[in-house]
Amino acid sequence: MGVDIRVENLNAWYGSTHTLQDINLHMPANHATALIGPSGCGKSTFVRCLNRMHETNPIARATGVVKMGGLDVYKDASPVEIRRRIGMVFQRPNPFPTMSIYDNVASGLKLNGFRNKKVLDEVVERSLVQSALWEEVKDDLKKKSGASLSGGQQQRLCIARALAVDPEVLLMDEPASALDPVSTSKIEDLIFQLKSQYTIVIVTHNMQQAARVAENTGFFLNGKMVEFDSTHKIFTNPSDKRTEDYITGRFG
Amino acid sequence: MVRIKFQQNLDDLKERLLVMAGMAEQAIQRAIEAYRTRDLSICELVLRSEPAINRLEREIDQLALDLLAMEQPTAIDLRFILSVIRINADLERVGDQAVNIAVRVKEMGSYANVDLPVDIPKLASLAATMVRKALQAFIEADATLAESVLKMDDQVDDMNDAAFDTLSQLIKDKPELTPPSLNALIIARNLERVGDHATNIAEDVIFWVRGADVRHNMSST
Repeated sequence: MGVDIRVENLNAWYGSTHTLQDINLHMPANHATALIGPSGCGKSTFVRCLNRMHETNPIARATGVVKMGGLDVYKDASPVEIRRRIGMVFQRPNPFPTMSIYDNVASGLKLNGFRNKKVLDEVVERSLVQSALWEEVKDDLKKKSGASLSGGQQQRLCIARALAVDPEVLLMDEPASALDPVSTSKIEDLIFQLKSQYTIVIVTHNMQQAARVAENTGFFLNGKMVEFDSTHKIFTNPSDKRTEDYITGRFG
Repeated sequence: MVRIKFQQNLDDLKERLLVMAGMAEQAIQRAIEAYRTRDLSICELVLRSEPAINRLEREIDQLALDLLAMEQPTAIDLRFILSVIRINADLERVGDQAVNIAVRVKEMGSYANVDLPVDIPKLASLAATMVRKALQAFIEADATLAESVLKMDDQVDDMNDAAFDTLSQLIKDKPELTPPSLNALIIARNLERVGDHATNIAEDVIFWVRGADVRHNMSST
């Protein structure tokens, strides 16, 4: 099951640049939360702070509190443990190109020391079913490489890889921006289905995608979160003029 | 980046709705004038204006539909287009009411003019004022002015109810006045409906400007 995420006074820097300023929000469990805003507004930095990817950059740092369920992400667990519990899918599908489909999905478990073939088989199948890829690849699991799949299939493979280690939260940074409309639609259907088991945070430049998949939406601008509300409210009657100007295309 | 073409299309949509508003308002004014003067030539003008109103209604709907499909508007743009679609339908129905009144006036022309104890011109003036104010609220995006229209609707309803009671009694008391009384009763009802359409338009202006749905006496946002 997914867990809720609570962010309190989150600040982040790249070198001397203050990229996130006093972010506070609560993302309910088993909901999809969309983050929107112009390029450079801080939304990707924000999701990278959630799973401590931000600190992998030597000039980056963050302060504040991120709680996942009751767990303090920055105090109660190692970055490796956090990244297992908070999976991430990126804009460009990044399967391990020479690994088979099977090994791509099993890679996270294998890295964590799992060797039981029966368990691995079960997890690979379950993850590929969850990511709606199983029917398309079940006969070629070990014959084809991850790179042999189409872009949309590769992205679903990456989602399967993220799900295989049994996370509670799934972060998606523009997961469909490099995909055609049919593949995009499959990813969106997937998000809709995965919400019952995971908490999802999706960064997107596609307004309609945010409106379609997320219960709540946050609008970021210049490192600040201008508005966070139900997606319905944001897209029909936002409270802040800057939100309205952005989603109606008047700037950004 | 401002969406230039989209903004132009929104402006075009507004301009066309204003043309529609002008035609509907003119039709109702003429129908009232025809009733007041019993001038059948004005009735003909009203009847002849209906096809143009209907045609423009379809054009506006088509443009609004295209914008919804092509531009996926949000927030105030989405509310504006939804409001235009609803106001467009209400204006077309104002035009229909004008035609209904003109038809009644024509029928009244077939018998001698009688002085009925109801103030149809006053009711007509109130309904027409509601339409004018609602459209002014739309032109100026003025939700406060739109609210003032909502308050006028009860007056129109009360006058229509009073006309109904008076004319019903008149029909009982003087059966020979049944034909003109029935026509006046129907015209009062038509004018009451015009007031309802003006109310709808005012509610749509409030929805567009404030994002608040005030229909059916609800104040939810």
